[in-house]
Order: sequence, then C-alpha cells, then structure tokens
Amino acid sequence: MTRISIGSRPPVRIHLQGEGRHYLLSKRFCRQFCISSVVNMLVFAKRVSPHATASSLRFRISTSRPLGRSRALSTLAVLEQRDGELVQGSLNAITAAKKVGGTVHGFIAGVNISAAAQQAAKVSGVDQVIQVDNKAYDKGLPEIHAPLLAETVKKGNYTHVIAGHTAFGKNLLPRVAALLDSQQVSDIIAIEDDKTFVRPIYAGNAIATVESSDAIKVITIRGTAFAAATPESGSAVIVDGLDGVSDLDTKSDSLTQWVSEDLAKSDRPDLATARKVVSGGRGLKSKEDFDKVILPLADALGAAVGASRAAVDSGYADNSLQVGQTGKVVAPQLYMAVGISGAIQHLAGMKDSKVIAAINKDADAPIFQVADVGLVGDLFTKVPELTEKVKSK
Amino acid sequence: MSALRILVPVKRVIDYAVKPRVNKAQTAVETAGVKHSMNPFDELSVEESVRIREKKRAPGGVEDICAVSAGPAKAQDTLRTAMAMGADRAIHVEVKEGDADPEPLTVAKLLKKVAEEQKSNLVILGKQSIDDDANQTGQMLAGLLGWPQATQASRVEFGEGDSVTVTKEIDGGVETVRAKLPMIITTDLRLNEPRYASLPNIMKAKKKKLDKKTLQDYGLENERRLKVLKVTEPAPRQGGGKAEDVDGLIGKLKELGAL
Repeated sequence: MTRISIGSRPPVRIHLQGEGRHYLLSKRFCRQFCISSVVNMLVFAKRVSPHATASSLRFRISTSRPLGRSRALSTLAVLEQRDGELVQGSLNAITAAKKVGGTVHGFIAGVNISAAAQQAAKVSGVDQVIQVDNKAYDKGLPEIHAPLLAETVKKGNYTHVIAGHTAFGKNLLPRVAALLDSQQVSDIIAIEDDKTFVRPIYAGNAIATVESSDAIKVITIRGTAFAAATPESGSAVIVDGLDGVSDLDTKSDSLTQWVSEDLAKSDRPDLATARKVVSGGRGLKSKEDFDKVILPLADALGAAVGASRAAVDSGYADNSLQVGQTGKVVAPQLYMAVGISGAIQHLAGMKDSKVIAAINKDADAPIFQVADVGLVGDLFTKVPELTEKVKSK
Repeated sequence: MSALRILVPVKRVIDYAVKPRVNKAQTAVETAGVKHSMNPFDELSVEESVRIREKKRAPGGVEDICAVSAGPAKAQDTLRTAMAMGADRAIHVEVKEGDADPEPLTVAKLLKKVAEEQKSNLVILGKQSIDDDANQTGQMLAGLLGWPQATQASRVEFGEGDSVTVTKEIDGGVETVRAKLPMIITTDLRLNEPRYASLPNIMKAKKKKLDKKTLQDYGLENERRLKVLKVTEPAPRQGGGKAEDVDGLIGKLKELGAL
C-alpha cells in the first residue's frame, strides 16, 4: 500500500507503507507532479513503487487549492542589459511578476553580466536570478534568445514570462510565445489575477480586460504602469542558466548578424522614465527653432525632450524622441506640449501623464481638452519667457 | 541571388483618423458603419515591396508580390487596394462576418502555411495593427518558420548572396542587422511614404487574381486563447482651462505640484 499525502505546501511526503520508506518531494518536483492531478500522482507513485496499482493506492489530499488549477505560480521576469549593464527600466518586469503571485525568477543574458545579475538579485521578492553569460546573447538577437528563453521556461516550469514592452521585449517575446504555442498578451497596464490582464487597444481609446487560457502566459508590460523595482536588501540566488548555443561564437550560423547601432547621445534624462517631459510639435517650424526653443526649457526644468510625429517626420527631432501610439508611451509628473495639436495618436502616448500643460496658438487645438493648464499664444515668445522665469526661480 | 517572392499580409482595420467608440454592452469597439481602411503599417509593407521591384533594388529581381488577408468578406477591398498599389495577386482567407478577428498566433500559423505554399522567401508585415496594438504577428511567424526577423525597419537593402541589411528603429536610436533570405521584416513608419492608388491602377486591380480560402483550408480553427471579459472607455481626462499668461501658467503648475 502506498500512501501519498499532499499538503498545500511542499515538501510533500510520500509514505510507502509496504516498504517502510518515505520520500520527500522538492518544491520543484511538486510543481511538476504533485498537485496537478490524481493521474500524475499515480504516475509518480508507480515510479517509486512499481507494483502500485490504482486500487492499492490511497490518497490523502489536503490542499487549500482546488485540484486542477494546481500548478504553482512562478514567473520568469526577463531583464534587459546593455553593454553588460542592467537597464533599470526593465526591473519593472519584476514589479509585475510580484503582482502575479508565486515565485519570481529574473533572467538575464549577455556578456559580463554578473554585476547586472547581482543588482537584480538585490530586489526583494526575487527568489533566483538566472544568468547566461555568453557573448552570443550580447546584442539581444531574438533568433538565439528566443530558443534559450523557451527552453528555460519549459525546464523551469514557469507559468508566466514577463518582459517590458520595449524595443527589446517587443522584438523577442512574441517569438518566444510562438515557440511555446502561447498567445502573448501585449503591453498590459494592470494585472487582475494570474490569468486576467488589462491592456489598452485602439491607441488607448479603449481598455480591454482579457483572460488567458494558455498554460504559459507570455506577457509584455507597459513600463509606466509598473514602477521599476529597486535593488535593496534582497538576496536571491544567482544561477547559471542553460546555454544552448555556447559554441555559437565559434560558428557563424546565427540567423542574424548584428552590424551596428547609432544611438542618439544625450545628457538629458531618458524619455521613457523621465519625471518631466517637454515635447515639441509641428509648430516649431524648423530643427533650428526646435533646438532653440525646446532644449533650453527642457534643461531649465531638468526634463527629457519629446516630439510629435509631425516634428519627427519634418526632421526637427530624432525618431527615438517620438511620443505616441507608434513611438514611446510616457507618463511623467509633468508633460509640456509645445506647438502640438493633440492628434489621437499623440495622446495615446502621453495622456496618462500626471499634469499636462500645453502652449499653442490655436485656442481650439484638441490638446487643450486634455491639458490641466493651457496657454494660448505664440510659442516663440511664450516659451523663452517661461524658460527665463523657470530659471530665475 | 534568388528572385524575391514577397508575401505581404494586410489587415482591414478601423481608419486611423476615426475615434473608436466602445459599444453599449462593453464587449468590443463599435465597428458597424465605421470607416475602415488598410492598416497604415501594412500600406508601408505593400509600398516597400513595390518599390523593391520598381527600383530594382534586389539583385535577383522580384518574381511575385502576393498580398494576403484574413478577415470578413470586406477584407477583399483591402486586398484590392494592395493590388492597386502594385501587388500582383491576393489571397483572401475568409473569416465569417461577425466572428472576431483571428488572434496573432492563429494568423502567424496561417501565414506560415501560406508562405510555405507560395514558396515565399520574404514576408513584409506591418509592425503592429492599430486596432489590437499587439505587435506580435511578424515575430511569431519568424519563430514558427525559424527564419531571421528584422522588426521596425526603417531601411532595407539587398546585397549579394541573398543577404539583406535592415536598419531598425530601437529605443534611443537605430540598429542595423544583416540576415539571409528567407526572412521576416516588419515595417516602421519611417520606412517610406505609401502611394495613393491611381484610378487606372484601381481598375486594373479588379482584374488581378484573388484566391478565396478559409482557415479550414489550411487546417486551422479561429481558436481563442484570450477571452475578452470587457472593453471600457478609458477614464476621461478633464481639461483644466487656460491661463492668461506665462505667470498664470507657472502659478497653476505650482498649484498642481508639477513645478
């Protein structure tokens, strides 16, 4: 007679009466076998006691969770690195992971990343950080990252995979989702429970609440909706992850080669995470005027610089500064829109800002319908005046 | 270099200039009687495909440009637009009127089958559709096919030996990657300026071949992994009025704690 008692928490004790032996199952093993179904328990019991049959097994099950939804929650938060440094904004994946409940593991891949992994390990609530130190992963190419992540997820039996809805996350996670046969949930702004998520659709003109039936939920999160976790006194274990392509650096069969990058250099705060943003639009008329009017105000306020699509398309500002449905989504304390009319695609990127201020010469511009304070006037005189007054305070 | 056989998936969506309204039952966005058009990012895909041929950018030439769309009967209008812009032919995978659009994973599975059937070696998709804003299909397709991917492309160049060099928009700037055909590219707004279809081309497009298929023809179901529990309007933002002058603006910002 084999008796298996299943408590709500691991470790699970299995007592084989005929043999007078105990088996203690680890947390991880339980996740795989135990609470999931009676069938699995039978399979397991047969493994430890080959002569067991269904009728000779007696199960005593005491669990706080109903059987069937039994896989313990565990989330893999995918962290982003650049040149071995942790991208601080990617720590909000950990914040979201903690909201799901269950265990939280961080994942980071690249070269010389041990300092970054240690930083992530200091976030409280993180149980483990998986690092894969290999230069093949340095540039975040999804062709090799995705299989590595998919394998990591399967091996670790994760129920959730979360990354930021950044260029990196957007490029990588859907490929991972396809490999796991999971319908990804993109750019979520809230987590209701472990399978119910809230996300904006139609450029933020509607908010959908969706329930996922996938066994593994693959999710990207809107950074502004989840504060970045701060490394403090946590002490997660750092482990080396799978490295399926460790010999890649000696081979040349990677599907894609990274050639170069050209990043806009700036000493100003990063647009996506800045507390204040000054954005310019078509009303600036030229790149020279954009630089002359917008940059001094941004510097006086200690703000990041943003731009509307019109300004970017006209060449007044770099593409990477675009705020909107197709650019960045920001939610700073103060968003100052200068010479921006307020098309819905632009509003999609900034309407969750705490305070919106607008300066525009057209009193009927739609931006005034969402601005907490507006000023109707010529930006070429009003903005320099504002800059001077802010500076003199 | 192999001749290009380009597959261009396009989607019919609510026109970008329309402000969508949530229906009364809060189950979806109201689509009846609302102007629809081709997803703007897909226009860029069609335009790029046609320009690759017109400008003879690919050493091996362009053998075929096939547009494909999964959607209700009206998605054929979108495919005709693609053909009027220069696509050679089209495949319409009909989804029953009233049924929800297939999810990105289903579309990716469909496109995998279509790409294999059509012997495509380049698939150019929009980076996202402006209705669901998911930004998934291209990457999922690349994963399913095991092909390289270049997302958010702002420039595409063809070289010797089937190599394709793509400049991509990333956070903080641009990144350039190189891969070999077959591959997947998704378009960013910066890629090109789509043309308007001329009237003669619209007339010609009516004569181009449009194959009608169903998801079942490709062994697929319109399976739903995500159940939409509700759709709501976002909390409206109240404008706070206007200030008289710069001092008034500064005063109000201080009052709001923003300065």
